Amino acid sequence: MNGRTHERSAWSWWYLLLIIQFVVVLWPPFYNSVEPVWAGIPFFYWYQMLWVIIAAVLTAIVYFATER
Amino acid sequence: MQEVNWTALIIFIALFGFITWLGFAAAHWRKGDLDLLHEWGLGGRRFGTLVTWFLVGGDLYTAYTFIAVPALAFGAGAIAFFAVPYTIMIYPILFLAFPRLWNVCHKHNYITPADFVRGRFGNRWLALAVTITGIVATMPYIALQLVGLQVVIGAMGVGGTGYAADLPLVIAFVILAAFTYSSGLRAPASIAIVKDILIYITAFAAVIVVPIQLGGFGHIFAAVPPAKLLLAVPGANTTGAYGIYATLALGSALALFLYPHSVTGILAASSGHAIRRNAALLPGYSFMLGLLALVGFFAIAAGVGTAPEFAAGFKQFGNNFAVPALFLHSFPAWFVGIAFAAVGIGALVPAAIMSIAAANLYTRNIHREFINKNPTDKEEAQMAKWVSLIVKLGALIFIIFVPTQYAIYLQLLGGILIIQTLPSVLLGVYTRWFNDWALLVGWAVGTAAGIWMFDAANWTPNYPLVIAGHTFPGYSALYTVILNLVIVIVLTPVFNAMGGRHADATVAADYHG
Repeated sequence: MNGRTHERSAWSWWYLLLIIQFVVVLWPPFYNSVEPVWAGIPFFYWYQMLWVIIAAVLTAIVYFATER
Repeated sequence: MQEVNWTALIIFIALFGFITWLGFAAAHWRKGDLDLLHEWGLGGRRFGTLVTWFLVGGDLYTAYTFIAVPALAFGAGAIAFFAVPYTIMIYPILFLAFPRLWNVCHKHNYITPADFVRGRFGNRWLALAVTITGIVATMPYIALQLVGLQVVIGAMGVGGTGYAADLPLVIAFVILAAFTYSSGLRAPASIAIVKDILIYITAFAAVIVVPIQLGGFGHIFAAVPPAKLLLAVPGANTTGAYGIYATLALGSALALFLYPHSVTGILAASSGHAIRRNAALLPGYSFMLGLLALVGFFAIAAGVGTAPEFAAGFKQFGNNFAVPALFLHSFPAWFVGIAFAAVGIGALVPAAIMSIAAANLYTRNIHREFINKNPTDKEEAQMAKWVSLIVKLGALIFIIFVPTQYAIYLQLLGGILIIQTLPSVLLGVYTRWFNDWALLVGWAVGTAAGIWMFDAANWTPNYPLVIAGHTFPGYSALYTVILNLVIVIVLTPVFNAMGGRHADATVAADYHG
């Protein structure tokens, strides 16, 4: 029983932040366009590259918020 | 083929010589008793955050990836960029599930994913299924690393006729086999540091220098045919390219950390904390992979596909020649040597880890389970060393005697196979609710359905699933693992009622640090 309470305390609402990066890249119609172009790069490409960075930042936030 | 590029070749050989020395010297790094399997096969679980970053980065972002993803962009366009959402989605999985796996494996001295399944579900046949799946999925992956090596060696003008043409490959593999045998996981871990630095230098140089030469990103994307620039908008009653893109990304993400070599790299970390930190740091490699995918477009814009001096290379290696051709076109010979060494060394790191992972699987989950139940520690480690040699020899023979295309087919199929271990390994980290026999049946059905879909789709990973008049073309791995999971959920209460359930060797507290 002791193990069980331990397991429950391991859950954190911060983990929900990690869902964002699934949602934003799993729906291609949302980003499958050329416009807006940034520095000559079509939206399709810079949007996904930008999410690599944002996802890493989100993961870092969750890390610092949950690290005991 | 073109003349031998001596400047590039000398630099390539010099760097190769350096990592060969490093591979052998690594045996003395963070010294441990290499007669113990967890010392040889997991580097003593001693790698901190930084070394783990290099090791797992070198393990997952393989030489073949760096050749094949830009090649796909070069040939097929936007679809190749699925590698980016794919590598975005792997890190939450790493962050959440793998510190738990690390903890339980550390506690019970589990070395392989099948060790964990054996302990968690107590069923040796389920563990055997996980083992065989792991070995079968890994073998063609090792063979494919050789393709990356072959392409850069060929691009430097080193060739020959008949089996002499394969001599450089054989030499590279003998070196690889020797230092893996003597140093174990410490060898690829130390070499990964060199390899990753070289790859970063190469990627950033390419992304800065080539666009300047070609007149900026605007010009580059203008040169890409419109049909390749974006995903094709699906027609009526189908999810078309959108469905393929999303399912390929998600299915690949779910499959990645089930590969034995991924697990080996992660279990070698010194703590669950190091793994969590790496989930935030490893996306650095994803960013580089995205940049390298764009290099496929650079190759289109530079017109290397129609340049006469590269015609022979494209004829021999297909679109995989796009990146080497671009480098030969855009950079001085000395830098080509560095870039090609990055790819060549980049092939050895994952190949070493994969062969170690396959060797650990055989030793622990087949030999110890079914043949010699009570080996001494030394016998166990020695067995793994021998098996790592056999595995590499098998990959080498495969790539020399069988057309490359078959290795590519088998590697694609490997993704569909390995994902079938998701319920027992990845979900097993969270729950013991599943019945072990139900997991085994789910695995068998998922595997059979996956092979059938792969064959029905003419040996491609995307199957056009039809439901009520709508077509959902998508990655068979994702479809079949859902089928697998549904079967497991339905059969679990049935098998539980029949009373056939094994004990769990782990307790909840084992999963926390």
